[in-house]
Amino acid sequence: MVTIKELPKEEYLLSGHAACAGCGPAIALRLLFKALGNNVVLAVPACCTTVIQGPYPYTSFTVPLQNILFEATAAAASGIVAALRQRNLKGITVVGWAGDGGTVDIGIQALSGAAERETDFIYICYDNEAYGNTGMQRSGATPFGAWTTTTPSGKKERKKDMPLIMAAHRIPYVATACPSYPIDFVNKLRKAREIKGTKYIHILAPCPTGWRYDTSKTVELGRLAVQTGLWALFEIEYGKFKLNPPSDRLVDEAKRKPVKEYLALQGRFRNLTEEDIKRIERWVDEDWEQYRKLASNSASDFASYGKI
Amino acid sequence: MARMIIDAANHLAGYAAKAARVKVVAAYPITPQTTVVEKIAEFVESGEMDTEYIRVESEHSAMVACIGAAAAGVRTFTATSAHGLALMHEALHWASGSRLPIVMAVVNRAMGAPWSIWPDFSDSLSQRDTGWIQFYCADNQEVFDTIIQAYKLCEDERVFLPAMVCLEGFILSHTYMPVKIPDQEEIDDFLPPYKSGWILDINRPLSHANLVSPEWYMEFRYMIQEAMENAKRLILEIDKEYGERFGSEYGGLLEKYKCDDADLILLTMGTMGSEAKIAVDGLRKGGLKVGSARVRVYRPFPIEEIEKLAVQAQMFTAIDRHISFGMEGFLATEIKASLVNQKDPPLVAGFIAGLGGRDVTAGTIEKIAKKSLKWMRVGKVEKETEWVDLRE
Repeated sequence: MVTIKELPKEEYLLSGHAACAGCGPAIALRLLFKALGNNVVLAVPACCTTVIQGPYPYTSFTVPLQNILFEATAAAASGIVAALRQRNLKGITVVGWAGDGGTVDIGIQALSGAAERETDFIYICYDNEAYGNTGMQRSGATPFGAWTTTTPSGKKERKKDMPLIMAAHRIPYVATACPSYPIDFVNKLRKAREIKGTKYIHILAPCPTGWRYDTSKTVELGRLAVQTGLWALFEIEYGKFKLNPPSDRLVDEAKRKPVKEYLALQGRFRNLTEEDIKRIERWVDEDWEQYRKLASNSASDFASYGKI
Repeated sequence: MARMIIDAANHLAGYAAKAARVKVVAAYPITPQTTVVEKIAEFVESGEMDTEYIRVESEHSAMVACIGAAAAGVRTFTATSAHGLALMHEALHWASGSRLPIVMAVVNRAMGAPWSIWPDFSDSLSQRDTGWIQFYCADNQEVFDTIIQAYKLCEDERVFLPAMVCLEGFILSHTYMPVKIPDQEEIDDFLPPYKSGWILDINRPLSHANLVSPEWYMEFRYMIQEAMENAKRLILEIDKEYGERFGSEYGGLLEKYKCDDADLILLTMGTMGSEAKIAVDGLRKGGLKVGSARVRVYRPFPIEEIEKLAVQAQMFTAIDRHISFGMEGFLATEIKASLVNQKDPPLVAGFIAGLGGRDVTAGTIEKIAKKSLKWMRVGKVEKETEWVDLRE
């Protein structure tokens, strides 16, 4: 387990990158490279990172990066993994790095296929809960009630539970993370690197531009998402479900902050009614009842996952 | 020593991938392509091919996995048909735009709706503008030879583009013919190890295919056009070298048969070119001066060769296993376009034949030729596009 002092001082994401001020995904990218160093090959689909890296002939990245089609991150990674194996190049981590639209919507087929084929790579979904690069249209990861440009009166449906969908592929490692908890994220990446097979990490990455909050509050919002229980930090390692700090202390409802504290800071939730908020609170309770069951059951529903 | 085998064209595509020492195959099954990937699966599992076979979940992923693997530094191969090819469409652009020398067998099949599993060129010709080199084969030997040649061409630094090797479903794919397979050492000598213009390299990290502003985009497109022009010359050179080494030569981009003194030249693609030769022989027995020119490479299009043929011939007849709805067959269009600035160009007639696998025999082609000759004699093409053997 790494501590904050042990994180490398090197910056692999160069200054001058083109992310918005206060961009949550940019923080996550910086941590990604600090965790994995530069023995990394990235596959990146159409997403905010297309912009963040900077336009030709510039790049803010210090690792080789293959830009690829929107729905095809995991397929590109499959090809890269196969080629590196054929060339007998060891010690290079192949990472698919995609947004929520590119993961839970248009990219789910390629991702599901790569996971089923036990492709040896890390797939990271950085989730800002909408199509950010195209101007905040709703995605399958947009939460209930959120304003987007295609749900001007608020989304009517719930967020897709992608981490558990990936767990159902019986891959050896599934984790959630948030850049507001950098050590947790870095440790999960380093653990994932050591495991053979498909590893899936889903990051909740706050987006001031789309969520309509002050750019100084990105870290605070990520923390509130976790502290209110709307986003739980957990990992499913070879089928064993485990809540990570501080989420492990939040099974008790009384320890969770009211969801309102998180919702009220964001313009995108401005139109929520009291009734809407009650529904969200009820869903949070239901989710946590599921987490409690999964965490308490040593022979969990996922026990045989990742093993043949 | 080279050996003779009797096998179907799809299997020969598999033999060619093996002979080319392909390192990654990513493919998804579709009729009539399936026996290509089944053959490769056999070779991989028996250890005869040292290859990673990625059994992807769609053709889109097949092409993208090939892009990833080619970018990461190895020779790749895939195969598909019809709807599979259409599903790859945006990835085809990505492959050529990325200048990756991927080779793909396209087992031609008509597009639905309605469903058809039989051949025409509506699948591959719909991909005309994707920046892929397109070869069309007339027999099984040519399928094997062209795949080997395609790697040599695509991996030439003056080209660095992907190529489709097209063969008509069932007519070739499942039809057994004798084919000569050269020795592996001879092929290794002809085809050097994989080469690409760039690679995903941790020692030289670059962002590939990132956003390009209007300031640069046109130059990237122009470079692809230049590469296509270079390919024209190299296809001839490679075809000649292959012929000298292995005995089969195909005339480069355009296979000509009895064209030297021909008044009428029949222009075809694929297996219709074989039938056209038989038709030409039959017509010549009757004293009719007819020749056949088979467009073997459709992209880059052999404009210069077509122009040369036009100097002498009075009439060109394009027989298209394809229709661009609202216009005509692509071959007819391209031939007309090739001749537009020529002084006294020949008449050009277009015939649509063999869609969805309808048989086009030498007899069909003789009929087309006779009608064309009639128009040639009166100096007027009476019908711009004629559909052959159409039910009334």
